[in-house]
Amino acid sequence: MLRRKRLSDFISYLLLLAGGGTMLLPLLWMVSTSLKTPEATMSYPPELLPRRQETWVDPATGRELPVFWASVQGRRAKVVKLRFYPGRVLVRVVEPSDLAGQQLSLALRQREGTRFVPTLTPVKHISFRWHNYADAWHAMRLDRPWMAFEIGPIKFGGFHLRDAFLAFYLNSVIVTTVVTLGCVLTSSLAGYAFARLHFPGRDVLFLGYLATLMVPHVVTMIPVFILLRTLGLIDTYSALILPVMFSAYGTFMLRQFFLSVPRDLEDAARLDGCGHWSVYRHVVMPLSRPALAALGTFIFLWTWNSFMWPLIVMNSTEKMPLMLGLYSFMGPHGAEWHLLMAASVMVMVPVIVVFLLGQRYFVQGIMLTGMKG
Amino acid sequence: MTDTDVSPQPSEVPPAAVRSRPGGRARLAGYLRAYAFLLPNLVGFLAFTLLPVLAAMLLSFARWDAIRPWDEAQWVGMANYVDALGFHRDVASGRLVANDDRFWYYLYNTAFLMLGVPIGMALSLLTALLLNRPLRGVVFFRTLFFIPTVCSSVAVAVLWRWLYNPEYGLINQGLRMMGVENPPYWLSDPAWAKPALILMGLWVGVGGYNCVLYLAGLQNIPGELYEVARLDGAGWWVRLRYVTWPQLAPTTFFILVTSIISGFQGYFVGVHVMTGGGPAGSTTTLLYYIYQTAFVYHSMGYSAALAMVLFAIVFLLTLLNWKMGKRSVEIMY
Repeated sequence: MLRRKRLSDFISYLLLLAGGGTMLLPLLWMVSTSLKTPEATMSYPPELLPRRQETWVDPATGRELPVFWASVQGRRAKVVKLRFYPGRVLVRVVEPSDLAGQQLSLALRQREGTRFVPTLTPVKHISFRWHNYADAWHAMRLDRPWMAFEIGPIKFGGFHLRDAFLAFYLNSVIVTTVVTLGCVLTSSLAGYAFARLHFPGRDVLFLGYLATLMVPHVVTMIPVFILLRTLGLIDTYSALILPVMFSAYGTFMLRQFFLSVPRDLEDAARLDGCGHWSVYRHVVMPLSRPALAALGTFIFLWTWNSFMWPLIVMNSTEKMPLMLGLYSFMGPHGAEWHLLMAASVMVMVPVIVVFLLGQRYFVQGIMLTGMKG
Repeated sequence: MTDTDVSPQPSEVPPAAVRSRPGGRARLAGYLRAYAFLLPNLVGFLAFTLLPVLAAMLLSFARWDAIRPWDEAQWVGMANYVDALGFHRDVASGRLVANDDRFWYYLYNTAFLMLGVPIGMALSLLTALLLNRPLRGVVFFRTLFFIPTVCSSVAVAVLWRWLYNPEYGLINQGLRMMGVENPPYWLSDPAWAKPALILMGLWVGVGGYNCVLYLAGLQNIPGELYEVARLDGAGWWVRLRYVTWPQLAPTTFFILVTSIISGFQGYFVGVHVMTGGGPAGSTTTLLYYIYQTAFVYHSMGYSAALAMVLFAIVFLLTLLNWKMGKRSVEIMY
C-alpha cells in the first residue's frame, strides 16, 4: 500500500514537473531573450542562458573583432578572423600569449569522423545584457507633455516626461486605481441597496442588472463610443475610466455576498440608532473585506490587462495605458526581439506581483462567484 | 450558473426596529436614502450598459458610417441582418450563395478556435486532480499554473509571436533540433495560424479559472464516498469514473457553457497583436470582424447587427444552460 502511494506520488510529481516546466519555459525564454544581444537571439541551437561572443580589440586598427576557438599546433587557442580565401581563412592568434600575434591559414571545415565541421567555434561567455531594459525604456520618446489640460480658463502645461514608457506606467496606475476604487465603492453601495433596502422598483432594476450580465461587451462598444465622442471624451482618461467603473458584475457579486452577512449585527447597530450609512460603513463593509478584496483584485487585473477598449478610444501616445503602449512599441521595434521581450517583462512584472500579493483573495473570489475573466 | 444564483431573493423580514411600518413621509425618506445608495452605480449602469444595449439594438436597423452626423443615419429595417445572415441565388451559376460569405467563414473560425475548449477542460481537470493531492510543494505549483492567466494579455501575445517566429522562435528551433526539417510557419500559414492560437490559449488558460473551479469542485466531494469506494476495492480509475466524474458533473457543465460563451468573445488580443486577423482572414473571429467593421470600416449599423447576432448566440446558449442544466448533468452520471 505504502509502495503504491509512493509510486503514485512519484508519477504525480513527474506530471506536475512536466506541466510546470511547460508553464515556466515560455516565461524563462522571455526573460532570457530580454538579456541577450540581438545576435544571440538568433543563435542555433537555442540557448536558455544568454551568452555573448568574446571580442578582441585590434590595437593597430582599434577594430573590435569576434574571437573563436581554433586548434593551433595541437593546442586550443583563441583566434580572430582576418581574411577569407576560397575554403580557407586567415586567422591571428590572440591567446595563449606565447602564440599570440601568429598568423596562419586554416581550412574553413575539417574532417571529424565522417562529418565535416567548422574549424572555428565562437568563444562565448554567459553575459546578461541588462541595458536592454534601459534601451527599451528609452526607445520611445514623448514629444508632447504629459497631463497637459485646458478646461475653460484653467490651463496646465503638463510635465515634460522624456520616456513614453514612464507615461504608460503612470497612465495605467492612475486609470487602474481610479477604476478599482470607484468600482468597489459604487458597486458596494448599490449592492447594499439591493441586499438590504426596500424601495419601489428594486426587483425590476435588479433584473435589469442581471439581464445585462450576459450581454457581450462588444454589443455596448459602439454606442458607448458614440456617447463618449458626443461628450468630447474620446482620447481622455474618462474614456478609459467611466465605461468600466460602474460594474453590474460587481454589484451582483457584492449583493450576493452582503445577503450572506449575518443580520444580527446590523439589527443591533440599527437598534443603537445607527442609520443605513453607518451600518454600511461600520458593519457590512468591514465584514465583507474578503469579497471586496476579491472584487478589487479582479477589477485591477482586468483593467490593467484590458486592450480592446483602449485601442478603440485612445490615440495620443502620452495618454496610452501600458498595454496599448506596449502594442505601439511593437510597431517600430517588431523585429528587435531582445527589446520587445525586455518591454514585455517590464509590463508583466507589476501584475504578477499584484497577483502574488492578492492571490488568496483572487482564488476565493473565483470560488465565491464562479466568475470568469 | 444555476438559476438559484440569479432569481431575486425574496425580501427578508425587516429587523424589529423598522418592522412597524413608518408613516408616508418617513417611508419616502427611506426610499430616497435607498436611491442615494443606488444612484452612483445606477447612473453609470444606465449610461454605459443598459441604454447602450438598447441603442445597439436600434442601430442594428440603421445604416450609418459614424463619420457623418447622426441625422444622416438611414433606417434600413432588417437589411443589415439580411446582409449578414441571408443567402441569394447567384445569377451565373444558379446556386445559393451567402450574402456575406466572410461572416460564415469567421463564424467557422470562431467555432474552430473552440476546439481548444474540450482539450483545455480535460487538461484543467487533470491539473486540478494533481493539484488536489496532498503533496509537498503543491501550493507552489498552483501559483505557477495560474500565473499565465494573469500575465498581461498583450505581453503574452508578443511573447508567443516570438515563440512562433518561423526562423528563430523557440518552438521551431526545438522542432529542428528534434529533426523536423520543415517546421510550420505557424502564424503566417493559414492552416497553422488557428492551431497556434489554440495552443497559446491552452498555455494561458489550463491552470487558470477553470482549474480553480475544478479544484473547488474536488474539495467539495465528501471524503466518505472515496472511503466507501476504497472499501469496495475500487481502483483509481473506478473511483475517478464513478465518484469524481459524476460528482464534478455540475462543475464540468458550468465550465463548458461559460467557456463556449467566452469563446465567442475571446482571442481579441491574440488575433490583433499576433496575426491582425490574417493570413487571408484565417484567424479573424466574429468578435474581430465586429471590431473591424465598426472601427476600421466605420459601418456602425452593420457592426451593431453583427454584434446582436453574437449576442443572440450567447443568449441562446445561456437559455440552453438554464433549461438543460439539470438534465445534462444527469446524462454525465
